Amino acid sequence: MNLPPSTPHRDASPSTGEQRLGQPGATLARGVSALFYKELLRFWKVVVQTVVAPVVTALLYLLIFSHVLEAHVQVYPGVSYTSFLVPGLVMMSMLQNAFSNSSSSLIQSKMQGNIVFVLLPPLSYLEFFLAYLGAAVIRGLIVGLGVWAVTLWYVPFQLPHPLWMLAYALLACAIMGAIGIVAGIWAEKYDQLAAFQNFLILPLTFLSGVFYSIHSLPPFWQAVSRGNPVFYLIDGFRYAFVGQSDTDPGLGLLVAGACFVAISALTLVLLKSGYKLRH
Amino acid sequence: MNRATAPAIHLGNLRKRFRTTQALDGVSLDIQPGEFFGLLGPNGAGKTTLISILAGLARADTGEAAIMGYDVVRDYRHARRALGVVPQELVYDPFFNVRETLRIQSGYFGLKHNDGWIDEIMHHLDLTPHADKNTQNLSGGMKRRLLVAQALVHKPPVIVLDEPTAGVDVDLRRSLWEFISRLNREGHTVLLTTHYLEEAEALCGRIAMLKSGRVVALDATRNLLQLTNEHCAQLRLDTETVPLEWQGRLLRDAEGCWRVNFSDYEELETLLAGLRAAGARVLELHLREPDLEDVFTDIMKRT
Ligand SMILES: Nc1ncnc2c1ncn2[C@@H]1O[C@H](COP(=O)(O)OP(=O)(O)OP(=O)(O)O)[C@@H](O)[C@H]1O
Ligand SMILES: [Mg+2]
Repeated sequence: MNLPPSTPHRDASPSTGEQRLGQPGATLARGVSALFYKELLRFWKVVVQTVVAPVVTALLYLLIFSHVLEAHVQVYPGVSYTSFLVPGLVMMSMLQNAFSNSSSSLIQSKMQGNIVFVLLPPLSYLEFFLAYLGAAVIRGLIVGLGVWAVTLWYVPFQLPHPLWMLAYALLACAIMGAIGIVAGIWAEKYDQLAAFQNFLILPLTFLSGVFYSIHSLPPFWQAVSRGNPVFYLIDGFRYAFVGQSDTDPGLGLLVAGACFVAISALTLVLLKSGYKLRH
Repeated sequence: MNRATAPAIHLGNLRKRFRTTQALDGVSLDIQPGEFFGLLGPNGAGKTTLISILAGLARADTGEAAIMGYDVVRDYRHARRALGVVPQELVYDPFFNVRETLRIQSGYFGLKHNDGWIDEIMHHLDLTPHADKNTQNLSGGMKRRLLVAQALVHKPPVIVLDEPTAGVDVDLRRSLWEFISRLNREGHTVLLTTHYLEEAEALCGRIAMLKSGRVVALDATRNLLQLTNEHCAQLRLDTETVPLEWQGRLLRDAEGCWRVNFSDYEELETLLAGLRAAGARVLELHLREPDLEDVFTDIMKRT
């Protein structure tokens, strides 16, 4: 058998891997990339469930709502209801799927017990965070692109502010990916995760102006909506497509950025403490 | 601690409490590089907890643990790279096949081009024919082999196996022990927990026994075997009844033989004399030397 020279002896470094790798930075990059790759492979193997299904769902929303409301609702002058709806649907799909990727991966690993495979290697909590976050962002972006692509049958291509779109898409997926990590770590059973999704994520996304402008709401609910960070994500993202919005997209980006920093800090603190992962 | 002379595994006064259970109650242990070490104890003794702390899966309340001189908390990167753990639970990731599982596991240790070694481990563990099978479709024994393979992807100098042969057939047990013994001969330190005491007796040079989170025995296996002077005699008699004064001591086994434990041969003489006096004839007599199981039972009773 071909064991590395003198690995196990007391006079040798036990870290053969490290000898080959040299820089600690390289270790970090490789550890992250392996976990990131595993997470991508995980959802890609069930792409029908993780990408195709949400695209179909969004398409159904589009068909039903635009059919019913197209003739009756005009939110911004010169913008058809369908054109108004599409960015909201794309954003909603990204939010839900970024969340779902990290949360369901973690809870499955915990329930099955194979979470030990990532807890035993020399991965730091930061690497752990980056890998799960990265995969969640990619899943969110792929689903978002898919939804956008199919809606191009119904609304003409239009994207006056591509950089705003990119910034909002990335931030939105990152926020939800991080919340998904927290939820996946916290939940001990699938129904706890479902509760998290039904009582927090779903209301936040639905009460955020996907299907309407908050200006059409009574003042009280308008104020509530402005306290909902998802509102800013959808509003700013829509600005990138239709050039009009309920609030300043710069302000929205600030709110979203602050949210991301806060939720990431919380996630990192939890991961560092080993909360529910290392007993 | 000087790393050049550091033990492969160092545990210093480890304590760990889970709500109402004191799982580890001050465990100190040093295992030297190259040892084949057995950790024995009844269910709930704290074996898995001890391994979890070594592996960073659990955190000790107090005390310290180090692998090859690297503290498992402060220097976790080095410590974990030096350690391969085969967990007790039969876990697997149903999304991947055998080869993918091993490649991914290598990646976590920063190893990109590890296929040569992966092929070799798969070969030794008889996994090669199953390389492209989804882990979900492996039999229990195959899943166990995959767990062993995963623990070895990074060629760790210290290998910890938590009941690796639970629910595993004779063939795999034999080939697994051949493989692990070989790794041990080549210098890898092995820490093993098992409930098959004959396995531990045959393989381990040194053994610690754990009970309720404390080390109650720690010695070379051959010294432990001399700890007990309990011998066992198996007799076949031509009668169904035995003298009254021996009725508590003589136990009937499934084959209809009588068994008796005794600590010196005079006792046996007395027994035989008593039987003769009662008119019973001895048709067969077998003596059995004490094995690790006797020692284990004895120590667990006494402590
Ligand atoms: N996560 C946990 N939460 C609460 N109690 C625990 C936990 N893990 C272990 N224990 C308790 O700690 C004690 C030691 O358990 P441990 O799993 O270390 O035993 P063991 O020696 O490995 O037993 P076995 O031979 O059955 O595997 C037991 O009483 C167990 O119930
Ligand atoms: Mg155990």
